[in-house]
Amino acid sequence: MLKDQDRIFQNLYNDKGSDVSSSQERGDWVNTKEITDKGRDWIINEIKESQLRGRGGAGFPTGLKWSFAPKEVGSRPHYLVINADESEPGTCKDRDILRFEPHKLIEGCLIASYAVQAHVCYIYIRGEYFVDGQKLQAAIDEAYEKKLLGKNAAGTGWDLDIYIHYGAGAYICGEETALLESLEGKKGQPRLKPPFPALIGLYGCPTIINNVETIAVVPTILRRGAKWFASLGREKNTGTKIFCISGNVNNPCNVEEEMSIPLKELIEVHAGGVIGGWENLQAVIPGGSSMPLIPKERCETLKMDFDACVEEKSGLGTAGIVVINKDQDIIKCMARIARFYKHESCGQCTPCREGSGWMWRMLERMVKGDATKDEVEMLGDVTNQIAGHTICAFGEGSSWPVQGLLRHFKKEIEKRNNLDPIVQKKNNIPYLVDQHLLDKKNA
Amino acid sequence: MSLRRPAKDQPESFEFNASSLEAAKVIIAKYPEGKQQSAVMALLYIAQKQNNNWIPLAAMKYIAKLLDMPYIKVYEVATFYTMYNLAPVGKYFVQVCTTTPCMIRGANKLVEACKEKISENECELSNDKSCSWMEVECLGACVNAPMMQINDDYYEDLDKQKTLDILEKILNGETPKPGSYRGRVNNEPENNRKTLMDLKNA
Repeated sequence: MLKDQDRIFQNLYNDKGSDVSSSQERGDWVNTKEITDKGRDWIINEIKESQLRGRGGAGFPTGLKWSFAPKEVGSRPHYLVINADESEPGTCKDRDILRFEPHKLIEGCLIASYAVQAHVCYIYIRGEYFVDGQKLQAAIDEAYEKKLLGKNAAGTGWDLDIYIHYGAGAYICGEETALLESLEGKKGQPRLKPPFPALIGLYGCPTIINNVETIAVVPTILRRGAKWFASLGREKNTGTKIFCISGNVNNPCNVEEEMSIPLKELIEVHAGGVIGGWENLQAVIPGGSSMPLIPKERCETLKMDFDACVEEKSGLGTAGIVVINKDQDIIKCMARIARFYKHESCGQCTPCREGSGWMWRMLERMVKGDATKDEVEMLGDVTNQIAGHTICAFGEGSSWPVQGLLRHFKKEIEKRNNLDPIVQKKNNIPYLVDQHLLDKKNA
Repeated sequence: MSLRRPAKDQPESFEFNASSLEAAKVIIAKYPEGKQQSAVMALLYIAQKQNNNWIPLAAMKYIAKLLDMPYIKVYEVATFYTMYNLAPVGKYFVQVCTTTPCMIRGANKLVEACKEKISENECELSNDKSCSWMEVECLGACVNAPMMQINDDYYEDLDKQKTLDILEKILNGETPKPGSYRGRVNNEPENNRKTLMDLKNA
């Protein structure tokens, strides 16, 4: 288990209060000027050396992302945008940072803004977190009062204004370009990339977008050094991470732990074990609903980090762990996730708009045993037509969980659904794709 | 995508009252000059608060004028985002999360409670028109499942009886205390905390 002094979020359970003075006791805002005095290049380099990867789901190296910001500020101002549109089912870590460790986030915003030369920072919070957003606003107001924000923020010589922008219940706005559209006052429909936001982002200006947790760990990394952060976890999967353990466990909780911690340890030690004992475990979704589930036998040895989860054909995502025990109907669980994606598709790309509903309807039939045998194959085919054929990663996000179900629980579906197809004759007409694409793999 | 329909009965006109207008000005000032369209989401929310939890079409037209943008662009935004209520939902709007993490911890019991106390169908006003409920997607409090949101507040760690009690209170016009209903502190593992013990005991 990680030593308590190595935990970055000391106030994760709000033992101490979230105001400036108690945050200062925890080390926030103590020597911000000293850090910025070392210069932009030093900050970006240190973050690169710490091997910090984005905590929002994709795991992109943060230092590298910052280095994409133009070195000189031209006619267009730079922006920093914080993604607090936490809506991935199974994930509730950013909420705790917003309400209990707001000053880690605000100080991180100042340092990151300095590093990418932004004078304005927008924090995009999902609309449902209104109360938590108000707590962050109170912390921002206090920071202005104490001259930690505004002109010459915290004595660093850098001017920074932070504004909160509330979303209004669209999951898709967690996608960075959809978030920018939403910030500009439009429907949250993702943009094509390239151009990447680092060059053309908010209002057409260079914009760096980071997750809340990513930015909130930055000040601590710079204080304690990249070496310290890199010494936790393993190569390319360094540092600590807030894990959210929900579902069928005895003590669902958020806990900050070292990267690469075994999944079994997280569940057994911190979450008080699976309801009905470890033997009663059916499957685990390791990183929010978009990530394919992992069946029990693979959970025994799984280490929770980006690369180990990819080896299991899943992903760490946001580290929102959903534990599903044998009392649950696994097909029903996935059908509900499919319903989520059907509801949240922005409707811009046809494969996703139509496919997400199609997958949901098929899965609902499969729950009841009303599907025909050939529909199992068809379901797999639909997922392949969505993934990789949409503007944003929502296509993958909606089809991966279904693919995970088919990969590990196909027998279960087939056992329940053995109706014969209405059209008996096996025909070779592809119902979805253009004929010429069939020759190519993954068409 | 979700189905969104404006209400049939619409008021003729809508205008911000003084405090809403004041709040709107503060929000518009957050964005660069000429980019006042960014404020549309916040302004719709203010309109919703002012107009008893829902947004009439007249409010969209009013906001379009205020922000100097086409009405259809405001309409697009209002119909895209699910938190904007396009029809009356009552003074207390109950949203029950039923996505998988809540579902496997018994969110259907909360739905049962809503059906018993408020109305048989979702998005249907209660007899006294003060309250309605609906199933929503993940509200981001998964380790406190099952949970629901009433207006701005989260009610966590619920079961059927606790939900019935809370609904009883709001139907009587009271506002129950938000937070965990099993008495646990925020997101810590209940009776099983193994980290940051010095702080806890300090």
